[in-house]
Amino acid sequence: MTTPARPLPAPTPETREYWDGLKRHELRLQRCRACSRAYFYPRPFCPYPGCHSQDVEWFTASGRGNLASYVIVHRGHPAFGTPYVLAVVEMTEGGRMMTNLSGIDDPTPEALPVGAEMEIDFEDVNDALTLPSWRLVKG
Amino acid sequence: MFDSRELSHKVAIVGAAETDTVGVLPNHSVLQLHAESAFNALRDAGLTLDDVDGLATAGVSPAALTEYLGIMPRWLDGTAVGGGSFLMHVGHAVAAIAAGYADVVLVTHGESGRSRVGAAGPGRTDSTPGGQFDAPFGTFGPPTMFSVPIAAHMARYGTTEEHLAAVSVATRQWATMNPRAMMRDPITIDDVLASRLIAWPLRLLNCCLVTDGGGALVLVSEARARDFPKPPVWVLGRGEAVQHTNISQMWDFTEWTAASRITGPEAFRMADLDHSAIDHLMLYDAFSHTPIYAMEALGFVKEGDGGPWFAEMRSAPGGVLPVNTNGGGLSYTHTGMYGMFAIQEAVRQLRGEAAAQVDGVQTSLVHAPGGMFSATATLILGNQ
Repeated sequence: MTTPARPLPAPTPETREYWDGLKRHELRLQRCRACSRAYFYPRPFCPYPGCHSQDVEWFTASGRGNLASYVIVHRGHPAFGTPYVLAVVEMTEGGRMMTNLSGIDDPTPEALPVGAEMEIDFEDVNDALTLPSWRLVKG
Repeated sequence: MFDSRELSHKVAIVGAAETDTVGVLPNHSVLQLHAESAFNALRDAGLTLDDVDGLATAGVSPAALTEYLGIMPRWLDGTAVGGGSFLMHVGHAVAAIAAGYADVVLVTHGESGRSRVGAAGPGRTDSTPGGQFDAPFGTFGPPTMFSVPIAAHMARYGTTEEHLAAVSVATRQWATMNPRAMMRDPITIDDVLASRLIAWPLRLLNCCLVTDGGGALVLVSEARARDFPKPPVWVLGRGEAVQHTNISQMWDFTEWTAASRITGPEAFRMADLDHSAIDHLMLYDAFSHTPIYAMEALGFVKEGDGGPWFAEMRSAPGGVLPVNTNGGGLSYTHTGMYGMFAIQEAVRQLRGEAAAQVDGVQTSLVHAPGGMFSATATLILGNQ
């Protein structure tokens, strides 16, 4: 039996700019011109309750954020070596994304306090695709 | 504007049953699990398939089930948002029956979660939001996704792995009294903490079972509800909401916002009851933390007090508020969309026919998620 491959994303027209940005090692997000908040994942309108404006723009984000929550996966996708961290980062400008953590070989809860400052990393998967990963900002 | 309170106590569950057995059923296809449940629930009500004129189901399409059963219902509901869908179906059936859209509604569940017989495979998902933005990082089934919010709850409220373990221990205590439960040996906090890690902070004994089985319900209007072999179980209140589908997009990792804002308040308002009137709870336990979040969101305890509440064994046999008296998804059965089994146990308790019967149950609140904290559905049922 072959090991199932890592699932890879297939961009849609609405998300293409985000994926193209990652290839250039830029974090391209969208923000709402009406309420000024950034959001994730990409779509051509503001998803926040109380706003929902269709007046939005792309910008290059700082690539900083905070660890919102995570699990340390011990029984997970066969394409991944365990343990690995599935983390959600709250980005400084707004929006939350799922990611893996880089720069952590032996993840423990003690080493990963919720709220920790994070910065983006870029993982070049192949010529056509770069995925985001995030690392703890060293204090 | 219509007022949902006018529909409280207007429709009753008059038939309720599960498949003959639950657990490992390799000789049943998904559709046959639905059908066996339907036959059993209709027999429980003294009715036949020919009496059914409304059909609600999830997991398979109402069309597929209509063909398989050989019926032609005049009202359909295929709301499919995960394990809590059947609670929503009950709420929808109340409105449909009150509107005259159907007289006898059959709600069915069947799932070959363990044996995978006659189950459709997953389709292409790599261009969906989840396929693009969550899956590439190694999400691998509910244990790796439903679990993501817990660390935030722990950080904010001091919820501990021992609290999570206590939910499993208390639930197992109920299962020891249920001969149909898959897991019936008592366990301790230490047993849970010594079981292997699945996705920290969840260990094996914090995770639900994976089984085959089904269940079905028959609902009719107040006008006929007392004419059946079993006493009616009234639908007193209901609420439903959905807030996201991918766990990374949950509004607040420390709170089940849609349940606290919408489904709990709506169900209580419709039932015109307060928390002190609830005798029994069924809180869908896909994992140990799900009932903790539900207790808090529904207002039975304040935010952050869910873990300590369970750690004091208040939900266990002899506790102040029995929770998951069938043994839950953790120890009784969990086909994948467990919500139907939560309703079934509430009905059994309200009829006085549960394996681990609690004395004097007059009201039961059933709550279930759909997906990973995505949907929330609440039912308040009563026998008075």
